[in-house]
Amino acid sequence: MAITDQEIQELTKIARKVREDIIDVTGWSGGTHIGGSLSMVEMLTILYWKYLSIQPHNPHWEDRDRFVLSKGHGGVGHAVVLALKGYFPPEELRDFNKSGSAFGMHLDCNKVAGVDCSTGSMGHGLSMAVGLALGARLLKKSWRTYCVMGDGECDEGSIWEAAMSGAHYKLDNLVGFVDRNGLSIDGPTEKVMGLEPFVDKWTAFGWKALPVDGHDFKALAEAIDFAHEYKDGPVVIVAKTVKGKGVDFMEDKAGWHYGGLNAELVEKAKRGLGGVA
Amino acid sequence: MSAGGVTWNVYDADKLTQREIYGLVLCELGERHPKIVGLSADLAQSTKIGTFGEKFPDRFFNFGIAEQNMFGVGAGLAKAGLIPFISTFSAFASMRACEFLRTDICYQNLNCKIIATHGGTSFGPAGTTHHATEDLSIVRAFANLTVIVPADALETSNAVKACMDITGPVYIRIGRGFEPRVYDTDDYGFEIGKAVEMHPGNDVTVIACGATVLHAVQAARILKEDDGLSVRVLNMHTIKPIDKEAILRAVEDTRRIVTVEDHNVIGGLGTAVADVIAESGKGCAFYKSGIPDEFTIIGYPEDILHHNKVDTDGILEKVREVMGRDFEAEEDWEDEV
Repeated sequence: MAITDQEIQELTKIARKVREDIIDVTGWSGGTHIGGSLSMVEMLTILYWKYLSIQPHNPHWEDRDRFVLSKGHGGVGHAVVLALKGYFPPEELRDFNKSGSAFGMHLDCNKVAGVDCSTGSMGHGLSMAVGLALGARLLKKSWRTYCVMGDGECDEGSIWEAAMSGAHYKLDNLVGFVDRNGLSIDGPTEKVMGLEPFVDKWTAFGWKALPVDGHDFKALAEAIDFAHEYKDGPVVIVAKTVKGKGVDFMEDKAGWHYGGLNAELVEKAKRGLGGVA
Repeated sequence: MSAGGVTWNVYDADKLTQREIYGLVLCELGERHPKIVGLSADLAQSTKIGTFGEKFPDRFFNFGIAEQNMFGVGAGLAKAGLIPFISTFSAFASMRACEFLRTDICYQNLNCKIIATHGGTSFGPAGTTHHATEDLSIVRAFANLTVIVPADALETSNAVKACMDITGPVYIRIGRGFEPRVYDTDDYGFEIGKAVEMHPGNDVTVIACGATVLHAVQAARILKEDDGLSVRVLNMHTIKPIDKEAILRAVEDTRRIVTVEDHNVIGGLGTAVADVIAESGKGCAFYKSGIPDEFTIIGYPEDILHHNKVDTDGILEKVREVMGRDFEAEEDWEDEV
C-alpha cells in the first residue's frame, strides 16, 4: 500500500487540523498532555486515515482493526482524531476535563466511542495489545492490532514482559510504535533513565525494530507496509519525534508535557503551526 | 448452572484437592465453552490449570514468570471475545499483578476469571512471601469484581461453574490442596452471594469462609456437646457482594457474631461483615478472628491456623469469650470513651 504524493498532501492537511484541535481542546479544558499528543500526530493520522480498517458509525464492529494507545496520556490527541473521524461530534470535546464529562485526560473505553482500551497507567497497553493479537489469531480473524507506546513508558518492566510474550508467540498481526520524543516528565529520557541502545533492545527482545522519522508520512508508510508483510513476528516502529511538534514554543520542552493555554497562547500556538488553516 | 452434568461424589472430593478439581472442572467447561482460554505464569502444574492446557493446548498460554503481563494479556483476550481463566498464587494475583487486575480487567469490566490458588496461609512452609493474607482486602475494593472463597473442593467446583454465569470479572480464592472436605455433596444449592447455613443455631453465629468453615462447623458441634450452646455457622463463600440478609438475620436471631478467616483482620471477611452490622444500627457483640495485623509465621498450614486462633480450638475460645460479653446491658460508657 505505497503512499502517493497526493495522499501525503492530504495527510499533511489533516495532521495540521489535528494539531489545531489539540490546541483548542487544551484551551477549553484548562490543561492537557499536549507535548506528547503533538509528537504522535503523524502516527495517528496515517493510521486512522490510511491504514485502520474501522467503521466510525459502528464502533464495536467485530472485524475492525484494534488500536491501543498505551501512552494513555495522549488521550487529547486520540480524542481529537476520533472526533474528526466521526465517532462523536467534535463539540463534545468542549467538555474535556469538565466534571461529569465523558472525556478526561486518559480516555475510558466505556465512555468514549472508538476507544478500544482504557489506558493511562503506563506499561499496560502493550500487554492488552498482545492479548488482542493472540485472540485474533485464535479466533482466526484477520484484523490487526496497533499499539502506540511512549518512550518514557518503556522504563516500565511490564513493557518488556509484554515484548517478550509478543515475540514468543510470534504475533505478526501486531504492530507496535514507540513515540521516541526523548522526553518524559522530569526531562530527557537519557538523563532520567537511559533507554539507549533502544532499537537494539527491541531487536534483542525478538521484535523487528524499524527506526524511522516519526513525522515523515512516507517513512511511516514504508515501515507499516513492511510490518504488514513481515511474518516472522511482531514489528515495532521506533518513531523519532519532537515533543510539542509544530508549536515552536513547545518543541522539545519537557515543561510542555502537560500544560494549559489561555486565549492568547492558543492564537500564538496556532500561528506557530504554519501552513494553510 | 452452565456446566450442568459436572458432578463430584464424596469419593472424588476425598481424593482430589481444590486445585485438582478446579483443573478438571475447567476441562469440562472448556468442552462446552470454546471461548475459554487458560493463562499461566509458569505455575501450570502448581495451579492445575495445566490440566486444561494438556487437553486444549491451542487455548492455553504460558507467560513465564510475568504476572503483570499475564493479567494485561488476559484483558486483551477478553476484549477479543474470549473468556480467560487466569491462574496464579493469590499473593501474586492480588499484589504483583494488582494494578493490572484493577485497571485492565475490573475498570474495563472484562469477562476474566481469576483463580487465585494457595490463598491465605495454605502454602504454610513456603513462608510469608507466598502467603496471601491481604488479598481479600485488596481485591474487595475493586469495583465490578465478584470475590469468592470456596470452603472445599466441592464448593470450588460449584464456584468455578457458577462464575460462568457472570459476564464480568470474578476472583476465586482457593487453597493449596489437601483441604479437608466440608460438604458431602456438591448439590446443596450453591449460589453466588448467598451464604450457606452449615450448622443451625440461635445463641451465636460464626461466619467463616474458605479453610476456616470446616473448623467452625467442628467448633459448633463441640460447643453444642460441651457447652450446650446453639451455634449458627454461616459459610460466607462470597465476600463480595456479601449476603447482607444472612448477616442481619444472624444479628437479629443471635445477637452475637464471630467472623473467622485465614486473612488479616483488616479488610477481609470480618470487615465486610462489620460494615453491614455497623450500617444497620443494630447492637451486637462482635469479634473478628483472623490473622492479627502482623506478618505470618512459617509452618504447616494447620499449625499456622492454630497459631492465629482460626482453627477449631481458636474458634471455641473466641465464641466462649463473646458469649461472656454482655453488650445489651452496657449503658455505662464512662470507661469506653
